[in-house]
Amino acid sequence: MLVVDGITKNFGGFVAVNGVSFEVRAGEILGLIGPNGSGKSTLFNLISGALRASAGSVKFDGQEIAGMPPDRVCHLGVARTFQIPRPFGSLSLMENVALSAFFGQEGKVTRPQAWRQAEEALALVNLPTDGVATPENLGAAGLKKLELARALATQPRLLLADESLGGLDEAEMDQAADMLDRVRRERGVTIIWVEHIMGVLMRLVDRVMVLDHGELIAEGLPREVAADRRVIEVYFGRDYEAHGESGQPAGPEI
Amino acid sequence: MAFDIYLLEAIINGLLLGGVLALLALGLNLIFGVIDVIWISYAELVMLGMYAVYWLHAYYGVPLVLAGFIAILGVAALGFLVHYLVISPILSSPPINQLLATGGLLFFLQAFAMLLFGNEFRNIGLRLPIIVIADMYISFARLLAFGAALLGMVALYLFLSRTFIGTAIRAVSQDREIMAIMGVDTKKVYLITSAIGGGLAGLAACLLVLQYDVHPDVGLSFGPITFMICVLGGLGRLLGGFIAAFVMSQFITIGGLYLDLEWGYVLAFVFFIGMMFWRPQGILGTRS
Repeated sequence: MLVVDGITKNFGGFVAVNGVSFEVRAGEILGLIGPNGSGKSTLFNLISGALRASAGSVKFDGQEIAGMPPDRVCHLGVARTFQIPRPFGSLSLMENVALSAFFGQEGKVTRPQAWRQAEEALALVNLPTDGVATPENLGAAGLKKLELARALATQPRLLLADESLGGLDEAEMDQAADMLDRVRRERGVTIIWVEHIMGVLMRLVDRVMVLDHGELIAEGLPREVAADRRVIEVYFGRDYEAHGESGQPAGPEI
Repeated sequence: MAFDIYLLEAIINGLLLGGVLALLALGLNLIFGVIDVIWISYAELVMLGMYAVYWLHAYYGVPLVLAGFIAILGVAALGFLVHYLVISPILSSPPINQLLATGGLLFFLQAFAMLLFGNEFRNIGLRLPIIVIADMYISFARLLAFGAALLGMVALYLFLSRTFIGTAIRAVSQDREIMAIMGVDTKKVYLITSAIGGGLAGLAACLLVLQYDVHPDVGLSFGPITFMICVLGGLGRLLGGFIAAFVMSQFITIGGLYLDLEWGYVLAFVFFIGMMFWRPQGILGTRS
């Protein structure tokens, strides 16, 4: 569904993403992990069109989307959420979501359809659909849900979910993870999921990719990747093995 | 002090003046709020709109209402062009460049009008009656302008709150990047916003030409006060500008009653300067 080939992004002399190639198959959840600053968000920005790649190509259903403006990428069926939710504070929840339903499929939906899809998307994430509630009173978990609803309202086929669970407590995290799983199962949306909290991610994803310093260092089934030496080094530091042998894992649980 | 009918007259006249000023501020604020660019040459668009009404009506004999509609559409098209030709190529450059570019446009339009139309004061020669209520003199032209300005503002409010493109215009002013990710072509939103800003300038032109003569420098007589109103209300704040317009117009007319009209302006500007010390972010602005 998505074929990324040798994508590279320089900011001046700094290489944020360096020759990354991978493929996403229709219907899967692909986990994308890596330490802070490893280029995960930049990679998302390159796919969604927010940033222009310095080199390489991104093909979505065979169509080259690298270099396309973000609104056109969205119209093709790629949606994304942001690590830090960015709602329109002065608009109601319904307006927030209906806007993305209407413009995300510009020309393909009528106004009433857009409102109905907004209602569906909000209902899916258990947020009020009364048209009065605003993002102001939502907590961290609610804002994440709104991000997801806004992305889903564009009726995407590929969802780029950026660290959706940071800042949530454990119950909220499980709930949100289940929601992503439901989105995949019930709506058939393919998902690339960037996440810091590896435990939740590893449980749900079909495959995992690991980025470090802008380069892809590992890719495979969750348990393979979790056992990969380079991944362990990058994620938990070189001392991890020693700690691990003494029965005290130093990093977050896998 | 006994009930002062002249004070009441001044207050009413201030209210009527405030309507047109609010309309002017609304257009400028809308463009700033959405695009983050200040059109220094906004009042010059109004000047061209006034000329459009003048030529169409007084010279070519087009009925006044029709001339007004043509002028509104014409200035809307001009607003579109200002964004397309002047702003959009430098949208991501530092704000000072945009300020200088629209400032340059101001002189260009002024000189252009001077060359084309000459230095004469022209008026459409329409004499609207003065309404006399209990010793108070109220200009019908002002009343008409006030009513039309209010209608224009209500129409804009409905557009911004009830349509998707209007909602998108409000949303873009909060976060352009997200809008693009949500499938909105922000360039299109900017062009529509600029055309609406131009249309509001056109409407203001129609209302001002009923009361004032038009000449190439006419923009200078209400351009600066429009900026002050926008800043006083909090730049980009539509409601703030609306309130500030009526505050300033009251200073002008009440000051004009007790002193004279020029002193009314002096008072208004002193008030403005004082407010800038007290609330530099404007009445409704938030400190950033």
